[in-house]
Amino acid sequence: MEALIVAHGLQKYFGTFHVLQDIDFSIRKGEVVCIIGPSGSGKSTFLRCINQLESIEGGYVSVDGEIAGYRRDGNHLYPLSDREIARQRQSVGMVFQRFHLFPHRTVLENIIEGPVGVQKRRKQQCTEEARALLKRVGLAHKADAYPGELSGGQQQRVAIARALAMKPKAMLFDEPTSALDPELVGEVLGVMKELAATGTTMIVVTHELGFCREVADRVVFMDAGRIIETGTPAEILENPTNPRVKSFISAVL
Amino acid sequence: MSDTRLADPGQFVVVPRRKIGTKILALVFITMLILLARAFWLGDIAWSYVGENLFSKAVMAGVVNTIIMTFCAMALGILLGVLAAVMRMSDNPVLRSVSVGYIWLFRGTPALLQLLLWFNLALIFPTIGIPGLFSLRTVDVMTPFVAAFLGLGIQQGAYTAEVVRAGILSIDKGQTEAALSIGMTKLRATLKIVLPQAMRVIVPPIGNETIGMVKLTSLASVIQYSEVLRSVEDIYYVNSRVIELLIVAAMWYMAVVTVLSIAQMYIERYFSKGWGASGRNETTPAPQTTVEEAA
Repeated sequence: MEALIVAHGLQKYFGTFHVLQDIDFSIRKGEVVCIIGPSGSGKSTFLRCINQLESIEGGYVSVDGEIAGYRRDGNHLYPLSDREIARQRQSVGMVFQRFHLFPHRTVLENIIEGPVGVQKRRKQQCTEEARALLKRVGLAHKADAYPGELSGGQQQRVAIARALAMKPKAMLFDEPTSALDPELVGEVLGVMKELAATGTTMIVVTHELGFCREVADRVVFMDAGRIIETGTPAEILENPTNPRVKSFISAVL
Repeated sequence: MSDTRLADPGQFVVVPRRKIGTKILALVFITMLILLARAFWLGDIAWSYVGENLFSKAVMAGVVNTIIMTFCAMALGILLGVLAAVMRMSDNPVLRSVSVGYIWLFRGTPALLQLLLWFNLALIFPTIGIPGLFSLRTVDVMTPFVAAFLGLGIQQGAYTAEVVRAGILSIDKGQTEAALSIGMTKLRATLKIVLPQAMRVIVPPIGNETIGMVKLTSLASVIQYSEVLRSVEDIYYVNSRVIELLIVAAMWYMAVVTVLSIAQMYIERYFSKGWGASGRNETTPAPQTTVEEAA
């Protein structure tokens, strides 16, 4: 099957610091890929490049055949306008480490903001879909609450519903459980497992190796801005060959 | 140690502190207030003039004009302020420079001077318009109202821009990113997601500036706009009861400011929606940033 998201020769700098070095990556439709690695290895930055929250200095990212941020004409790339980039972003949902729900909107308003405000779909239908999504993440009774009234785990589940409401082709998770109290991690991972089981294409940056082992089709290990190993969870987590991977896994477990 | 451990809690009696200092201080201030009131009472003030003029037609018209000018100038100021703040934070270097230039220019000169410049615009541009389309005589266009409106509103915008920018900067960058991630453009994210939240930070200083504007409109008396101060001046030029009529004006300013202060409280409560458990627990707003301009 053809790849849904592709990164090829991706280069990214913060000033003179080479954050992402020559990243080659691809994910097929319906696949779940976990990205693991030490802090500062560029995992989150890579995820943000896919969603164009970061600019890239070399190479390209493409989502469903469209090069991110550009219109391709033969071998010429023409930068897209703000509006067109916004349209491209709609095909990829993003879940942030610190949720970033809109605190001045209720849970339901958070979820329908995208479909109604941006996609201009009918409010009544979107509201029904939003309620169905809330039910799916187990928060049907919190539709009219404000984010400030929810626990971290509940907020993150709403954030997942908000991203799903856009009907994205793929979902990106940027350390979705790292800001949560340990007892709340399970409820968020539970929702993500359900998403994975129903065929959602997912890229998950995480430190939850148990989740990787259980859910991931592939695990990617990043260190110092490079992908240094890729393989099945068994290959990476049980029998790592690379010494850097080996020491990381043993330190985390 | 063994004493208190065994004592029966019921046997203690709490003796309140006596706070002698506070009582003496209160006494001193009350005495001073009485003396001050007495001085005013015995002073050569004809209080009947205050009563007569407080609700006179001319003064009331002045009050209404002051309120209208405050409202119009602040509306223009907030509009320009938001525009300049959003431009200042845009990626476009041209928009950024225009905004910086605007703030620099209109914050750099006194409001009174700007009013005089607008009012006397006819001296350098006898007519204004678009060549070939229409043309108007500047003296007809630049009435005292228009000059005061432009002068006060435009300089207010320069201050408000900084207040709005501070408000926008106070909102976590993650809010913008979350808005972008659901397909909003940067402009839409700023207007729909960031600004409404920034209002919580912006409203107290804007309230402060609105109250400042009530008093700043008195400058317009210099260019013959008949607000409160101008209207009492017109009266005391005739009857020479200067202090009495200034007291009338002072009373009206204080009345308007008091009403606005109360309104500000309600507006702040509205914009704190979704903050804290119910949004109602918040008792004291953040300390007001005082952006007092030289009048």
